[in-house]
Amino acid sequence: MTTERAPDSRPKTLVTGVIGADTHIVGNRILGMALAKARYKVINLGALTPAEEFIKAAIETAADGIMVSSLYGQGELDCRGFRDLCIEAGLDDILLYVGGNLVVGKQPWPDVEKRFLDMGFDRAFPPGARTDAVIETLARDFAARAQGLRRAVE
Amino acid sequence: MTALLIDFGSTYTKLRAVELDPPAVVASGQGPSTVTTNVMVGMDLALADLEKRMGSLPDFSCRLACSSAAGGLRMVTIGLVRELTAEAARQAALGAGARLVGTFAQHLTGDDVERIVELAPDILLLAGGTDGGNREVILHNAAVLATSPLDCAIIVAGNRAAAGDVEARLAKAGKPVLVTENVMPEFGELNIESARAAIRKVFIERIVHAKGIDRAASRLDAVLMPTPAAVMEAARLLAEGCDGLDGLGPLVLVDIGGATTDVHSIAAGAPTESGVIVQGLPEPYVKRTVEGDLGLRYNARSIVDAAGLESIAAEAGVTGKRVGDLVEQLTQNVEHLPGSKEEQATEVALARAAVRFAVKRHAGTIETVYTVTGPVTVQRGKDLRETGMIIGTGGPLVHAPNPAFILKGALADPTEPLSLRPRRPRLMLDRGYLLYAVGLLSTVDRAAAFTLARQQLQHISEEKADGPSAATS
Repeated sequence: MTTERAPDSRPKTLVTGVIGADTHIVGNRILGMALAKARYKVINLGALTPAEEFIKAAIETAADGIMVSSLYGQGELDCRGFRDLCIEAGLDDILLYVGGNLVVGKQPWPDVEKRFLDMGFDRAFPPGARTDAVIETLARDFAARAQGLRRAVE
Repeated sequence: MTALLIDFGSTYTKLRAVELDPPAVVASGQGPSTVTTNVMVGMDLALADLEKRMGSLPDFSCRLACSSAAGGLRMVTIGLVRELTAEAARQAALGAGARLVGTFAQHLTGDDVERIVELAPDILLLAGGTDGGNREVILHNAAVLATSPLDCAIIVAGNRAAAGDVEARLAKAGKPVLVTENVMPEFGELNIESARAAIRKVFIERIVHAKGIDRAASRLDAVLMPTPAAVMEAARLLAEGCDGLDGLGPLVLVDIGGATTDVHSIAAGAPTESGVIVQGLPEPYVKRTVEGDLGLRYNARSIVDAAGLESIAAEAGVTGKRVGDLVEQLTQNVEHLPGSKEEQATEVALARAAVRFAVKRHAGTIETVYTVTGPVTVQRGKDLRETGMIIGTGGPLVHAPNPAFILKGALADPTEPLSLRPRRPRLMLDRGYLLYAVGLLSTVDRAAAFTLARQQLQHISEEKADGPSAATS
């Protein structure tokens, strides 16, 4: 037997990036710093990232979650089929978060959130969501997953 | 002090006798390649040829060899995601001077393993997973390779957290296995030097023997590397220089052969304009690509397919039908050297097309992506536009009536503004086929090797660079 650590004891790995033809990088950097401080291993793909690249990075790094940012209002188009791509790549149950200015115009958040949850995201975060809230939710969701649940119950 | 530098090629055994102080080429000798039967026959004929030219053979201070005989260093690479660890493994193998005969990604299937056994590689490079990343796939691949009849050396350059188990699985099945650093330790980080060193080590320790080249052990001190690796070492030395001798800076080297066209770039390839976003894997500073479909003999037909028959015909100034016939002849009779003006013109047009496609595939590209905040330029691969030099080597180039014309096929083309090829490089020719010798010599005397290369490279930018149209000449 080898003396390596059991896979469970390693820090959780998260792939982050800004999806589509979106160059807004500041929020992504702030989120990345906050996640690293919370002892996550962050694979940051930066701006202008196609959906497929999130998936490829997640496969190679055996990531535990993917956090998609979208700030330019086209998130709904860019994120369509994201969970299907994950399933196609064998990442059926990977934790998927999305956040930012996900849609154009002022639309009621519960409608927007439902749309993204229906697409297969485990969580959607509204504009102005704080990194503390995201990190706290992550911890609860990973704890729930350790119990065999899909995500933490509200 | 005189050094003997040997290249066991696929057609010839080539020798260069080189004086070290001051550096100068003393003489060249050549014999047939007999590696597949008895390497000594060709070696002794080459030595006899050299002796004839030198009067008598001196006591050589070192006798170093490289080899591309007996099919070259055949390698298969395996990674996880095709664009990530599988690509990194490919880069490592190419950078070690290997002839890549197969690349695989993801879980190996039964068919894949059968195919690998058929390919009969000399070395298999097994990667997959970043350090601490995916373990499952490389472990699966090690398990299926362990139960296969494959008996070549396996170099493991994958997820560090799985390497121990991978090694144990393969070693238990009796496979020769060597573990080295991960080719992609972190996501997006290319780390191919250790894998390259491991490949070279296995080449020296096992492959030289397996190919029977060590039968010439009494005539030489060491077979150090595959020939393409020696050429790459020479290119690197020229670009970087050595103690007290300034290098020539970033450069591109094109090596045209009968079966492939190789391109090496010694250049960071960073964007030359501001505000450009670079995407994709980082590029290795020393990068080699091999175009297996662009060779002037075995693959002359696929050059025509890529360029178009009419385009080759127009450039050569002969009819399309005649080009077709000549290409057929070249493919049938690969030893044939062009004789008539038509043949020469066709050969030159083919060579120029091969150079154009090979350098285009090697160089990076830019594209404009339209975002809400305006257009953004995205670069993939190396920006070689400001590269100051292109060096040409290989028989078709050296024997051509106008090598500058062929080499100019590598230059940036205003009709293809998205391709990042060199704009105004100086064109140099390795007329004496000396670069392999420079690469070998650089392992013992870098300054002498550098000086020799500077002396021997011929500046051909100013040479007449017209096409040798058969119709007008």
